Amino acid sequence: MPFWSPLALLAVALGLVITHFAVPTTRAWMWKASAVVGLGALALLLYLGLIWAPPEAFMSDVGRILYVHVPFVWMCMIAFTLNVGCAIAYLMKKSWRTDALAESTAEIGVMFGAGGVLMGSIWARPTWGVWWDWDPRLISTAVMLLSYVGYLAFRSFTEDPERRATWSAAASILGYVSLPIVWFSVRWWNSLHQVQSTSQSLDSQMRIVMWWGTVTMLFFLFAFVVKRYEIARSRQSSALEAPPEAPRQEVAA
Amino acid sequence: MTPEARNRLVAIGAILVAGAALGWIALGNMGENLVYYWKPSELLAQGEKAYGATVRLGGVVVPGSVQWNGDHTSLTFQVADTHLPTAAKVTVSATETPPQMFREGIGVVVEGSFQSNQVFKTNRLMVNHSNEYKAPHDGGMPGDWKDTVTQAANEQ
Repeated sequence: MPFWSPLALLAVALGLVITHFAVPTTRAWMWKASAVVGLGALALLLYLGLIWAPPEAFMSDVGRILYVHVPFVWMCMIAFTLNVGCAIAYLMKKSWRTDALAESTAEIGVMFGAGGVLMGSIWARPTWGVWWDWDPRLISTAVMLLSYVGYLAFRSFTEDPERRATWSAAASILGYVSLPIVWFSVRWWNSLHQVQSTSQSLDSQMRIVMWWGTVTMLFFLFAFVVKRYEIARSRQSSALEAPPEAPRQEVAA
Repeated sequence: MTPEARNRLVAIGAILVAGAALGWIALGNMGENLVYYWKPSELLAQGEKAYGATVRLGGVVVPGSVQWNGDHTSLTFQVADTHLPTAAKVTVSATETPPQMFREGIGVVVEGSFQSNQVFKTNRLMVNHSNEYKAPHDGGMPGDWKDTVTQAANEQ
């Protein structure tokens, strides 16, 4: 993959999210359309990945997990990048919207990241011979995911919405340090995990399927992030119109 | 201080701390202190100090060095720094069935200890796959590791 491809993906994701917020007429339908298109793309991905693409020379069919493992982790990283963007935006200019989007992107990122690690583990058992090893890439990824799980835990334990937004934004910026470490870990240290593939190291058919997998997951990423954002927004508005502390007593007849 | 200004201070503080942490990891000498595995030349350079300690050894399986005994599941092969014939080599004796991917010329990481008889004994053999994904040559199906190992043993 060319080095700019993750940045191009980030730009597309950012474009979708910005369109959603900047163009009110797209808000109602675009994310739903994205989910539907994503389901169609997923069906095609199943065909491309399981039937159309050749088996890997040495890994055979096991290698096909590449088409979802890599896109999942990429979506995780895109979500965390959107998250840190929201965090900085919130600290620059307070807005419940950016706070809600930060919550959404962190949770969706953890979901994709956990899925990616799970599939990596399933892939590692037959190829490396182990489910897990204390390899720099694996450790740094685990630390990254745990720091975002901690971020989400911090959010749910903090009662005051304003404190929650401010300090979780600071935590988000600190947690984001883990992302470049994950990305470069395979280059900085000896690693069991392979380095990033390049256009040359990937069979041309496999490259197409990996890209298709990435596009598919991008549709889902956008749909999930918007849906989760709306949940966060409705929680915010219900918190603002909080019901009385104790339910009203029924007057005995 | 207004809440807005305080938030900006928090942002600047967090970015500075994050940047410093990243810079320290990226540019500091952590790369030399954190070692996931040693290459054969690094292990041999340790001399007698390397004996007995549980370490990981990583390198490529030397073609023609694989000896597999299916009855006793004992596997012996040599691990070299690189594919070059002059590269430093260490003999590895494994007691477990290797992963399917195991073959001559592939990267491996083994966890175990270097014995004073110059053999690295391991019970955790991991295959280090490269970032290359290719279709099988001439449309053939990929072979089973046992075939590869048996073939290698027969060729000797």
